Amino acid sequence: MPKIRLEGLVKRFGTVEVLHSIDLTMAENEFTVLVGPSGCGKSTTLRMLAGLDTLSAGEIYIDEKPVSHLEPKDRDLAMVFQDYALYPHMNVARNMSFALRLQKRPKDEIDTKVRDVAKMLGLTEFLNRKPGELSGGQRQRVAMGRALTRDSSTFLFDEPLSNLDAKLRGQMRAELALMRQRVKKNMVYVTHDQIEAMTLADKIVVMRGGYIQQEGSPEELFKRPANKFVAGFLGSPPMNFLDVTLEEGADGFFARGDGFRIALGAELAERARRKGQSEFVMGIRPSDLNYDAQAPDDAAMDLRVSISEYIGAQSVLICKCGEATVTVEIKSETPIALGDVLRFAVRMEGVHLFDKTTEEAL
Amino acid sequence: MNRQSLNRLTPYFFMAPAAVIMAIALFYPLLYMMFGSFRAWDPSQRLNETDFVGLANYTKLLRDEAFLESVTVTLTFAGTVVVAEMLIGVGLALLLDRKIRGMSVLRTLFILPMMIAPVVVGLVWRFMYHPTDGIFNRWLSALGLGRVDWLGDHALMSVIIADIWQWTPFIFILSLAALQSLPRTALEAARIDGATGWQQIVHIKLPLMAPVLIVTFLLRLIDAFKVLEVILVMTEGGPGLSTEILALRIARTAQEFRELGEAAAMSNYLLLLLMVLTLGMFAFTRWQEARAQRLNAVKQEEG
Ligand SMILES: Nc1ncnc2c1ncn2[C@@H]1O[C@H](COP(=O)(O)OP(=O)(O)OP(=O)(O)O)[C@@H](O)[C@H]1O
Ligand SMILES: [Mg+2]
Repeated sequence: MPKIRLEGLVKRFGTVEVLHSIDLTMAENEFTVLVGPSGCGKSTTLRMLAGLDTLSAGEIYIDEKPVSHLEPKDRDLAMVFQDYALYPHMNVARNMSFALRLQKRPKDEIDTKVRDVAKMLGLTEFLNRKPGELSGGQRQRVAMGRALTRDSSTFLFDEPLSNLDAKLRGQMRAELALMRQRVKKNMVYVTHDQIEAMTLADKIVVMRGGYIQQEGSPEELFKRPANKFVAGFLGSPPMNFLDVTLEEGADGFFARGDGFRIALGAELAERARRKGQSEFVMGIRPSDLNYDAQAPDDAAMDLRVSISEYIGAQSVLICKCGEATVTVEIKSETPIALGDVLRFAVRMEGVHLFDKTTEEAL
Repeated sequence: MNRQSLNRLTPYFFMAPAAVIMAIALFYPLLYMMFGSFRAWDPSQRLNETDFVGLANYTKLLRDEAFLESVTVTLTFAGTVVVAEMLIGVGLALLLDRKIRGMSVLRTLFILPMMIAPVVVGLVWRFMYHPTDGIFNRWLSALGLGRVDWLGDHALMSVIIADIWQWTPFIFILSLAALQSLPRTALEAARIDGATGWQQIVHIKLPLMAPVLIVTFLLRLIDAFKVLEVILVMTEGGPGLSTEILALRIARTAQEFRELGEAAAMSNYLLLLLMVLTLGMFAFTRWQEARAQRLNAVKQEEG
């Protein structure tokens, strides 16, 4: 299966430029997930890849061959549209088999294929319904099914599970993960769902405002975000950001903020020192803050609980640390009351520092 | 009367004025004509002074060769123009359904023929078909080809051409509107699914346009059966009976032959024909839908 390379991809609608020179390489059989806030250009990127939108500049290479002049049908890809785009006059079975019927595949093969995919998506009982007679989630599964019946070399998914309930979404996610192991295909997948992005992706590409912010494996992005935006975008609940001042003490460097003073790891401290400035933004994920009354002063924060959100085994606490707001997680059975001041231990490897003006990670 | 039944009657109360007007404007003349068609009726007589003749007018028409000829001409004319106009109109719409600069100007130009009064259309075409001075024959002879006796030997074809010129835009405009309101993304999906331009038309565009096309087809068909002025001006039904369509025949029967009863019977035949066609068409679409459903149901049971 081919490798896809986007080179200097620019898209303008009239005078508005919505994609600014996107460079991206997707290795063979890679599962690439595009994430980013609404309107950042994910769908546009997919549509250009599919050949539905023209390029304003740049080139797309599939297997090192430029394809921007090719019609969608000559690019050998299947796509799930964000708004489903089902054929309103065909029933579910005919929607799903349209491409195969155009290819004049044998009838038995088509029937088997449609039935298999329908079964996997839980659509068997709806095969004879028209799209107008289905719920939103059912339609979305048909859209998914229409792509999955094809055996194209590349699959493009534009938020294919966004309209499903949590349970069904989990099932579909598992099916996708399975399918991905079974058939080696290029997949480009747009989602707003953290868990989908993290579990499915070989590579996550974070976009914002028509620029790529960072690309890499889920682990890489989670552990070493390139900037404050990526750090805040991935992970749930999101990373906490606090203003700190770099301080040199007797035994190393410290990040001093409003009501805390935390010792920095040697490596991070060295990078901060070399910056030659003292004001930074410190980022720390809720998962790197552990409730621990015995934690030493230079590796702890004292937080005053202002809101507690019960979400099952865990509760999310929204706390005050001086003026700043800090989110932490805690086991639900821990006895706490609003207004309590609790001590949380800071995991040293979980401390990130960002430049205050450029927002780049150190 | 209790409140509930009053509530139920309210809509009828509001509909009553419209219903009365409908009854007067539509059904009165219709019934008048029906009534008249069973009588020997001369324009100088009042309807109640006429004699009842039963079905005589109708049976007489069935043996009247001029009338039968007129029916044939009408069927030929209507069938040909509607099929040709549908093909050309829908075809043009499919071709021009894209972003072209100046499309709105083009569209306005296209509907011009529809906006010209039929009498004027008839006059213009009669002039263009003129054996020696008409533009067609002048071109033909300039090209060294022989002249064509447009309104003589080929009168029916000539009026058909004129009608196609005038009414194709109607179908074009409606088809174009239908095309432009199709769901764009479904067409994009078809492109991804590998449909060629032609396959997109056959599998996606035409089926989705079908409801509009059927109505357009019926409107045009009904209209084509009643066409009068253009042909009256161009050929007056001649030469011989070659272009005497039913509407013309009816007018002549009433005015020249002063046989109002017979003319009324003819109108009823025309009405009947149109009703059969329209109902037939609806029945056909119904039947097709039902058949598709049945097939699906059978498949379901097998599957
Ligand atoms: N046809 C168009 N004409 C003008 N602007 C457009 C058009 N299509 C998209 N845009 C703009 O391009 C930008 C990117 O749109 P796009 O659909 O790619 O966003 P997205 O990342 O898919 O967002 P979402 O997550 O909400 O689906 C948006 O600001 C949008 O307003
Ligand atoms: Mg989108």
